[in-house]
Amino acid sequence: MALETMPDGPVVENPAMDKGPDFTQRAHAALIDPGLRRNFRRAMDGLMEKRAAQFADPVAWAALRERGAQARAAALARLPDLLEELEARCAANGIQVHWAETIEDGNAIVLGILNHHRARQVVKGKSMVSEEMHLNDHLAAHGITAIESDLGEYIIQLAGELPSHIVMPCIHKNKDQIATLLAANIPGLGYTEDVAALTAAARRILRDRFAAADAGISGVNFAVAETGTLVLIENEGNGRLSTTLPPLHIAITGIEKVVERLDDIPPLLALLPRSATGQPITTYVNMITSPRKPGEKDGPAAVHLILLDNGRSRVFADAQLRDTLRCIRCGACINHCPVYARVGGHSYGSVYPGPIGKILTPQIAGLDVAGDLPHASTLCNACVEVCPVKIPIADILVRLRQEAAQPAGAATPAVKGAGSRRHIAEALVWTVWRWVYAWPWLHHRATRLLARIGNWIPARAPLLRAWTRNRTRPHFAGQTLHERARRAGIDHE
Amino acid sequence: MSDNARSRILARLRAAAPGPVPPRPAWTPPTYLAEERRARFIAMIEAAHAEVHEVDQTTWPVRLRSILANKGVRRVMTAPTTAAGQQLAAVWADLADAPALIAYDQPVEVLKPVLVRDVDAAVTMTRGAIAETGTLVLWPSPAEPRLMSLLPPIHVALVEEWRIADSLAALMADESWAAAMPTNAVLISGPSKTADIEQTLAYGVHGPKELIVLLVRDQEAGAAAV
Repeated sequence: MALETMPDGPVVENPAMDKGPDFTQRAHAALIDPGLRRNFRRAMDGLMEKRAAQFADPVAWAALRERGAQARAAALARLPDLLEELEARCAANGIQVHWAETIEDGNAIVLGILNHHRARQVVKGKSMVSEEMHLNDHLAAHGITAIESDLGEYIIQLAGELPSHIVMPCIHKNKDQIATLLAANIPGLGYTEDVAALTAAARRILRDRFAAADAGISGVNFAVAETGTLVLIENEGNGRLSTTLPPLHIAITGIEKVVERLDDIPPLLALLPRSATGQPITTYVNMITSPRKPGEKDGPAAVHLILLDNGRSRVFADAQLRDTLRCIRCGACINHCPVYARVGGHSYGSVYPGPIGKILTPQIAGLDVAGDLPHASTLCNACVEVCPVKIPIADILVRLRQEAAQPAGAATPAVKGAGSRRHIAEALVWTVWRWVYAWPWLHHRATRLLARIGNWIPARAPLLRAWTRNRTRPHFAGQTLHERARRAGIDHE
Repeated sequence: MSDNARSRILARLRAAAPGPVPPRPAWTPPTYLAEERRARFIAMIEAAHAEVHEVDQTTWPVRLRSILANKGVRRVMTAPTTAAGQQLAAVWADLADAPALIAYDQPVEVLKPVLVRDVDAAVTMTRGAIAETGTLVLWPSPAEPRLMSLLPPIHVALVEEWRIADSLAALMADESWAAAMPTNAVLISGPSKTADIEQTLAYGVHGPKELIVLLVRDQEAGAAAV
């Protein structure tokens, strides 16, 4: 490949997860890793270009996006009713529906179903919700082996890492790193950078796993209330295999993935793969409506659907924050985020990185746990411009910053952990700022004072230090704007 | 536990102020003229790395034999009770050195070892196709099960050119899919692929490495044109 210039980047197996307890420290470690930055920069540039080519006609894009956003907003407007309709339709079709409030509940339900079927070998299609649940660890602790079958997920499972992107989980790794990893883990495979050979080796290993699997676990892209249909999209065929070859299929989805009608699917399908990877459509669109019926020769005899809440109903409660749940997990916001492109997915320290992660993770985990994420943004609005379902990500980021700095003590705060990032000094600064701007005489005196002595304040002074650590110290003009205006003969007072 | 979880989740959702249901905006999927439709389908599915061969309704099994011979195919899986399966078996029976036919005539539990490893190609019919995205539409059935288009390294799909629809939206509406969805409906747009290693495309990661589309000519339309 022409783009192949990857000489001496450090081979860092776990680029940022070990490099600090918070976003700032992990991001700092990622920023000084040239190999990692090259991997992300190249990938993001390619993805942005391919997406732009798919939506070259701005009029068609606007109309399609309006319809997609409406399909998601309409589904959320009727969410409880649609979930009941979905449950009833699935039950009528023979799909068993389970409700899980927390990830612990979800994991227990999966384990219960597997135990009931005496399933010990499990293959998984790619599922972000199962990552959110840390399902593999839970199953391993109970003696069940769950093998990731999406090639990217398989690679990071071998590496013992977390995905760094919701669509392309091993995007942080380059060919040398993957070649080394697969050579060490696949018997008979020597070191090769031939992508076709690496892919063929993974096919051979995973084909046996599919054949031996007692159960398949998958995510869901859209669940159609009208027909009780689970829609799964993918390129590799591992999703179809996971949901077809083993005798048991367990699908896991967040409660927000429901759509009202089957005819909501075409516009959403026209948006998702094009936004995600710039493909007109994924290789496979797999629509599952029932388990194997009498007379059918393949397909799982039992299909289960787990509806996971895990904080989503709390997000739903707030009219503004609710829009977070429109997300169809295309990753376009991630691909276009200038912060993500530079710090990579692991810096976020959570399953969902990038802009969508910055608004979703703090709401699910709490601002007390992930309150730094809403600040990992320049509010440049690139994510908002490309979001195919028009999630106002920037507005929600600002709202979460406000919630985090609220005075603590509200009986039912809109966001878990609201007020946890309130600092007395910061609050005091803004209170003073508000007074200064509310009273003209005070503003006049304060600005005049700063014009005279501001440049004498040392850059390392408390409070100012937080700003000057990464930025040039501001330089105060010798006169205030009012003084200069008055001198120029402008006076409205 | 699950019942309580259900009622608590629904109660929390119901306690929230219901949002207004936004009206459906006008959106129309693309439409094509008759001559564009076929060309669009071919261009799109070829761009996704599929091979397209135009064939006649009667002679396609002979054509297929030579296509598969060039690829060294020796064992071909068919659906023995479908029209295509029967036609293929009848023609190939009379051909010297045609690949061996393996029928998908038993449950997967019996056929799994053969399906997983011992078949080079499978031949299926399609319910239709989609011009916009270059997509095959399959509704697997007891006669033609789901794994045929997935496990063998080569998938051969017969597409009758008069069944090419403009878009998925048009197809779903025209055929009233919502009224009777099958166990599994699948849209296929090319062979199995991945770009997980440095965004470099590789084919056949789990499903077929090759997708061969036999596009069956509309002979009546052809005769009228002549």
